[in-house]
Amino acid sequence: MSPVIQVSGVRKTYGATVAVDEASFDVREGEIFGLIGPNGAGKTTTMECIEGLRKPDRGTIRVLGLDPFRQVYQLQQRIGVQLQQAQLQKRIKVWEAVDLWASLYGRNPAAVEPLLAQLGLTDKRNAWFMNLSGGQKQRLFIALALINEPEVVFLDELTTGLDPQSRHAIWDLVRGIRERGKTVFLTTHLMEEAERLCDRVAIMEHGRIVDIDTPAGLVARHCPERSVILATADPAAAEYLRVIPGVDEVTAAGQLYTIRGRGDDMVTAVIDCLAENRIRVTEFRTILPSLEDVFLKLTGRTLRE
Amino acid sequence: MMLRGLTKLTWIEIKIFLREPLGAFGSIVFPVLFFLMMGRMTHFNLASPSLAVAGLSGPGLAVLASLLIAISAVLSLVTIVSIYREGGILKRLRATPLRPQTILTAHVLVKLLLTACTMALMFADGKRYFPAGLHVPWFSFTLALVVSTWSILSIGFLIASIVPTARFAQPVGAVILYPMIAFSGLFVPIASLPPALHTLARLLPLTYAVRLLEGIWNGDPWSAHLGDLGALVLAFLVCTALSAKVFRWE
Repeated sequence: MSPVIQVSGVRKTYGATVAVDEASFDVREGEIFGLIGPNGAGKTTTMECIEGLRKPDRGTIRVLGLDPFRQVYQLQQRIGVQLQQAQLQKRIKVWEAVDLWASLYGRNPAAVEPLLAQLGLTDKRNAWFMNLSGGQKQRLFIALALINEPEVVFLDELTTGLDPQSRHAIWDLVRGIRERGKTVFLTTHLMEEAERLCDRVAIMEHGRIVDIDTPAGLVARHCPERSVILATADPAAAEYLRVIPGVDEVTAAGQLYTIRGRGDDMVTAVIDCLAENRIRVTEFRTILPSLEDVFLKLTGRTLRE
Repeated sequence: MMLRGLTKLTWIEIKIFLREPLGAFGSIVFPVLFFLMMGRMTHFNLASPSLAVAGLSGPGLAVLASLLIAISAVLSLVTIVSIYREGGILKRLRATPLRPQTILTAHVLVKLLLTACTMALMFADGKRYFPAGLHVPWFSFTLALVVSTWSILSIGFLIASIVPTARFAQPVGAVILYPMIAFSGLFVPIASLPPALHTLARLLPLTYAVRLLEGIWNGDPWSAHLGDLGALVLAFLVCTALSAKVFRWE
C-alpha cells in the first residue's frame, strides 16, 4: 500500500533562513503521525507545504497521490485542516461557521448537528466565536477540519495553550478520528502529547528530520538508561546493589540511593537483589526515559524553552 | 457550489456586520444623519442662500454625502481585510476550497449592498428637504453610486494590500481617500485648479465618480457619461491587477 503522504527532499527558505532542510518521510494510512520539535524547528512550514499553502523551493510532496501545490483545490476536497493561531470572524456563530464550511465541499459533507454534538458544541451553537473558550475554539476548528469527511486530517499545535483537562478531551477526539479510519498528521512541541497520541513521530530540529520511529522505539534505541531510586536504612545495601548486572553506578545521599543502569531487565534485577538480600526498602521509584530525553540526546537541547 | 459558498459567506458577513453596533452606526446612521443635518441647514437658508451653502445645496450636497458613504464603505473594507489578515482569518478561509476571489467578492458585495441601503435610507428621509417638484432619478443615482463605490473599493484593496498592520489601515486609507474629494471638482471646478493639480484631478477616479453622480442627479442619460464609466472601470482594472500582485494573505 502506498503511503498517504510522501515527502522527499523538501527544502524551503525564507530569505537567508532555511526553514525546512531536505525533509523526507512517509505517513501511512490510518496512523497518527506526529512531527515534533521546538518552536521554530520548521514543523508548521513543513505542514503548510504538505497542505498546499506554501510552495517548497525543492523536493517533491504527494498527498493521496496529488501534488499539493498544483492540485490544491482537488486536494482540499479530500483533506481537513486546522491551522496554528488561526481565528474566525469575531462575531460569527458556531453553527454558521460549520454550515458555511459544509457548503464549500462537493462531496457529501457531514451533517452539521451530529458533528456539533460529537464535539460537545451543541450548547454553544449560537455563541459568537469571540465568546468561546480556548478549548471550545479548538473543538470548533476540529469540527471544521472534519466537515468534509476528509481522508487525511492536519492538526497544527492543536492543544497549545489549553489546560490539561481540555487537552485530554482533545486527545480523545483525535483518537476518535483515527478510529474512523482517517489518517492524522499533527505537529506538537509537547512530548507528552506525542508520546500518548502518536503511532509514529518524526523529530525535527533546525528544519531537519533527525529520526523517525514509534515513540517507544525511539526511546529504546536512543535512551536505554534506567534509574531506580530507593530509600533504605540497611548500611550494606550499596555493596549488594553495585554488583547487579547492568548497573553502571550507585550513588548514595544519606539513606537515599540512586541506581543508574541500562537495559529492560535492570529494574527486575534490582527487585530480585532486594528480595534475595532481604533489604528493607521504605521508598522505591523508577525513572524511565521519555521522548523528552530522546530529544535532548539527539539535539542537545530541551523542547520547553 | 462556489456560488453557494459565495452566497453563504456574503450573508454571514452581512449578519456579522450588523452584529457590530459601531460599524453599522458609522457606515449607515452617520452619513444619513450628516445628510439630514446639512439638508436641514440648507433648506432653512434657501430663502437667502449664502454663497458657500448655495454651492452645497442640490446635487452638491447629495454627491458629497454619497461620496462619504462610498469612502466609509471603502475604509471599513480596508480595515476588515487588515483585521482578517492579522487574525489569520484570511489564511483559515484560504485553506478551504474557497477561492481567494470568492472571499474578496463576498466583501465587495456586502459593501455595495450597504452603500445601496444607506443611499435608499437617505432618499427616503431626505425627500422633504428638497424643493417640491424636484425630480431625482433615485434609482439611476443609486446605481451610479454603486458603480463608483465598486471602483473606489479597488483602491481600498490596493491600500489593504500594502498597509502592514490593521492599526494603520483606517488612517492611511483616510489620508489617501478624503483629500481626493478636494480635487474631484465637487467644490472647485477642475478648470480653475492650477495646471499641476489639474493633471492630478484627471488621474483620480473620484473625479469621474463626481462627474457621473452630478450628471445622473441632474437627469443626464447614462450615454452622456460613458467616458466617466470607462474611467471608473479602468481604475478598477488597474487597482485590482496591482493588488493581485502585491496582496498578502498573512
